[in-house]
Amino acid sequence: MNFQFIKKMYYGDIPDEPGNGAAYQTKPDTAAWPLWEVFIRSKRGLDHKHAGSLKAADATMAIENARDVYTRRQEGVSIWVVESKYIHASNPDEAESFFDPAEDKVYRHPSFYELPDEVKHM
Amino acid sequence: MTTIHPLEINFQDKIDQEAKIEPKDWMPDAYRKTNLRQISQHAHSEVVGMLPEGNWITRAPSLKRKAILIAKVQDEAGHGLYLYCAAETLGQSREQMIDDLHSGKAKYSSIFNYPTLTWADMGAIGWLVDGAAILNQVMLCRTSYGPYARAMVRICKEESFHQRQGFETLLVLSKGTEEQKAMCQDAINRWWWPSLMMFGPKDSESTNSDQSMKWKIKRKSNDELRQNFVDMIAEQIKLLGMTLPDSHLKWNEQRGSYDFGEINWDEFWNVVKGNGPCNKERIDARRKAHEEGAWVREAALAYADKKNKIKTVSAA
Ligand SMILES: [Fe+2]
Ligand SMILES: [Fe+2]
Repeated sequence: MNFQFIKKMYYGDIPDEPGNGAAYQTKPDTAAWPLWEVFIRSKRGLDHKHAGSLKAADATMAIENARDVYTRRQEGVSIWVVESKYIHASNPDEAESFFDPAEDKVYRHPSFYELPDEVKHM
Repeated sequence: MTTIHPLEINFQDKIDQEAKIEPKDWMPDAYRKTNLRQISQHAHSEVVGMLPEGNWITRAPSLKRKAILIAKVQDEAGHGLYLYCAAETLGQSREQMIDDLHSGKAKYSSIFNYPTLTWADMGAIGWLVDGAAILNQVMLCRTSYGPYARAMVRICKEESFHQRQGFETLLVLSKGTEEQKAMCQDAINRWWWPSLMMFGPKDSESTNSDQSMKWKIKRKSNDELRQNFVDMIAEQIKLLGMTLPDSHLKWNEQRGSYDFGEINWDEFWNVVKGNGPCNKERIDARRKAHEEGAWVREAALAYADKKNKIKTVSAA
């Protein structure tokens, strides 16, 4: 066997090498749709929660596609979509210092206060 | 002495503590590449996997079976989407991934390069192929890359009906006429070995230390998963009154597992390398769908642009 070049392959992890279609010329797609983030309210009274993302030409299509992809089993009663480029995020590299101010304020938690047992339900 | 970069130590620490790695975290290049390759191949597998079953949608034996099959195939399209999105968070565009599939550079699971010859194949695929995929995907729900793990959780929720409907399809056939029983057995005979191959080469083929395990991308070895699968199927087939096409299949009291025969690895590598019964057909179908859908993508974007312009003009 001369398949030594393959060291190890997992399910869903097959080495890339030109297959029998290597000569195929892919046609560049001139119309790349933007990416949208999808938020779904699973039932009345709950917040919208991030469900995933998808591509769509516009907001109407994004909402319809989100319905077809993320609520096929009645997982939602309301959908929000927002184009991914409008999402701003905190910087993970600075997460430690950024969230540091909350670290030493244990008195913000009820368990910080020791009260006599007689004070029931507080 | 080779020095390990503090970032890399920090990264491995996170993994050892079972913290997930998120897209904007620092990660070693090889971790990014391995994940990108694995997730995009997984995405391609979901998408190409729609073809063998799509073949039977118009020929399903009843309206009920047709509705079920459409629902399953539609789920697989969703799985492809979740996974493409997860792969994109690693910095490769969807267009590039799809180009790589169509040019033959990127791979997908070889199981989908086998033909679906009878209705019973729809049952065998659900039971065996989805069954094998589920074992792998349940493990991947705990993979270390956050977006991949989340996609897997969503996928696993949808998968269980796939296997159940497949088994039920075979169950009905197994109680049918002599022809139906024969059809059921024939489908099992044809899908059994390719399903075992889905787990990949034997662990002993591995020569290098296993980085994917260390990075917790994967948590069980190919052989371990394959054995889980054999043990599960060897019991379930009794309920069908059918047999698996393996004369070496035998309960091993000592191991508490089934022993089974040797896989035909030549066939396996042949299909991986592009020479399976349907490799060409599958890729041709994907290219055709993509090319013939191009005008729809362009038109939708042009329409969105036009609507936007009207909105801006009337707002001014
Ligand atoms: Fe799937
Ligand atoms: Fe499935």
